[in-house]
Amino acid sequence: MTALETDFKPFKTRVEDALANRTLKVAIERTTGTARLKRAAAVSTWPNFAGARDLGRRIKDHVTSNLDHYLIEFERNAIASGAKVHWASTAEEACEIVVDICKAANAKSVTRSKSMLGEEIGLPLALEKAGITRVETDLAEHIVQLAGDKPSHIIWPALHRTREEVAELFRKHHHTPQNSDEIPAMVRSARRQLREAFLRADVGISGANFLIADSGAVCTVTNEGNAELTTTIPRVHIVTAGIEKLVPSLRHAMVLLRLLVRSATGADFTQYTTFHCGPKRPGDADGPEEFHIVLVDNGRTHMLGGDLNDMLRCLRCGACMNHCVVYRQIGGHAYGGTYPGPMGSVLTPELDGLAGSRDLVHACTLNGNCQQVCPVDIPLPTLLRGWREKSWNEGLEPRSVRRALWFWAFAARHPFLYRMATAVAVRVLRLFGEAGWVRSMPMAKGWTSHRDFPKPASRTFMEQYRAAQRRARK
Amino acid sequence: MSLSPSSQMGFSGRPRVGLFVTCLVDLIRPRIGFAALALLEQAGCDVVVPEAQTCCGQPAFNSGASDHARALAKNLIKAFELFDYIVVPSGSCAGMIKLHYKELFKSEPAWRDRAIALAGRTYELLSFLTDVRSYTPAGVSLKAVATYHDSCSGLRELGIEKQPRQLLSNVQGLSLKPLAGHDVCCGFGGTFCVKYPSISNAIVEEKARDIESTGAELLLGGDLGCLMNMAGKLHRNGSKVRAYHAAEVIAGMADGPALGEETSF
Repeated sequence: MTALETDFKPFKTRVEDALANRTLKVAIERTTGTARLKRAAAVSTWPNFAGARDLGRRIKDHVTSNLDHYLIEFERNAIASGAKVHWASTAEEACEIVVDICKAANAKSVTRSKSMLGEEIGLPLALEKAGITRVETDLAEHIVQLAGDKPSHIIWPALHRTREEVAELFRKHHHTPQNSDEIPAMVRSARRQLREAFLRADVGISGANFLIADSGAVCTVTNEGNAELTTTIPRVHIVTAGIEKLVPSLRHAMVLLRLLVRSATGADFTQYTTFHCGPKRPGDADGPEEFHIVLVDNGRTHMLGGDLNDMLRCLRCGACMNHCVVYRQIGGHAYGGTYPGPMGSVLTPELDGLAGSRDLVHACTLNGNCQQVCPVDIPLPTLLRGWREKSWNEGLEPRSVRRALWFWAFAARHPFLYRMATAVAVRVLRLFGEAGWVRSMPMAKGWTSHRDFPKPASRTFMEQYRAAQRRARK
Repeated sequence: MSLSPSSQMGFSGRPRVGLFVTCLVDLIRPRIGFAALALLEQAGCDVVVPEAQTCCGQPAFNSGASDHARALAKNLIKAFELFDYIVVPSGSCAGMIKLHYKELFKSEPAWRDRAIALAGRTYELLSFLTDVRSYTPAGVSLKAVATYHDSCSGLRELGIEKQPRQLLSNVQGLSLKPLAGHDVCCGFGGTFCVKYPSISNAIVEEKARDIESTGAELLLGGDLGCLMNMAGKLHRNGSKVRAYHAAEVIAGMADGPALGEETSF
């Protein structure tokens, strides 16, 4: 089943589907398990990781609080370098701009290097509607495209696919069928396939990891070199970037690059770290004739200065999902939005509305591991709790939950009543127990369908404590 | 850094400690409360269990029901603010009082000040015993092989990791086996475990496997909620591993029934 089919099912159904899929579980654990080990090793050998993390946080916060300044500086320098800068306030506008550029360039075929912003604004669908052939050039995105899927992780979009499934897809879709399940042979097959697309493309579309304000340059990081082939060969290069990707200068980008890469894969640096600055100049060996940068807001200025301001620091490294006990069980597609995992659960209600995604903000144990591994210390549990409060205040919580909490809180506000209620409760609970455990209990299926519940002592602590106090006084 | 009103110290010079047993201990496993009481007294404290205590409000806070949470927080602040210290046998409830009460009262400055004053005097039990009272268990023995799970709130919000191990290392005959993923959430998450039971189950299933593979006879921890989740899963799976709150072991009460073993006390 592909992600596109799962989208319309409710969250809990998507979760059940994911949990029933044991191959998925193995696939998730292979990739995220390695990522966790490598990140831990990278961080433990980094002499002042805490200091770098704090610096990274302050750089992003500085940019966020001076966004207008840096946006204008970036635009000025990008234009000076020969780039054309476009502003899009919504996803639709951004797609329109990209499609218009493609049409003006008379483009039949475009290559794309991996960009989560592109996914966020729905660019693949927009290109398809415009009749433009799109070729994903990141190996994992290529797999996702062949399978008609959506990315299930922001760093490894195809981590939900096992090697065997990929081999099957390649056999079906590649010109030169290859019959090997060996990874090098599969990579060679993909390379043959994609090389043609690289040479044929009229337009190359990339994202941005950083926008460098003082030079107008755009930085991308990849491990496959596909971004370089996407951006240098075609006549036209389009960058789509969220406005929060700004940094003041190269120096600042370097601080964040180290944090980003080590948090994402545990490597010191990516294989390719490229700074794209303007179109091909006279005398340049290669490069695009036109260089467009589409700066996308899509809700970001709404987050600015509000409850989600801290989220604008996000570097999209994926560490939060690699370390999330929920993500590790259900995978990316169950989340339903563009971004999965903890950062996705914070962003999806903002991008797609809270009413349709209230499950995401609740399906979290608030264990805090995500914030701990976040390279820019985003308080993800606090932000999720903020959404829960909003959901409660807007009346989106089910009536049964509201009622139960109301009764419980009412009793807990009145200690005398609470003492009586709890004394009754333990006695009732004990009726369902045998040999120390409650195996099944009405209204408690959530617990007892999977685990036993310890039968409580015959009297509450407060009853026993009071009795002991009375005895002591006598 | 004395935030404590010195008048509370009394003639004995012993600190007056308000013990907040937590709603789960009150309801499910009073033994943990009595273990805490005994340990605090051994550590030289005058301990009082205020009758007005109920729940810290965390379930409401984490459900987004801030109004309910605030009402309960006020209740607790009133019940405990006159003590030198408030001690809690749970990292999760202690974290709630220590870190989150002040967030709840962002727009009520008077209550916010009271919450901050209380937060400075609030401690999780095991870290209070080691860090504030320099307590070392003496003459306690338990011949057993145990493993320890670090509950997330205590670990990440309060930095509790060494303290329980330090205390347990003074229990004669007890050996602690390292638990793979000792710092990974067990899937309890308060109301999470009943709101999303199948996700919670998948998480605790893995945890139970990790616990089993240590070969330990006992599972120890510092938070009853997490212990109930893990012990409940282990028992459902037919495991022989028995669970205790670390305070019970340190107080020499682990000769009694483990969590879920028939008890009237």
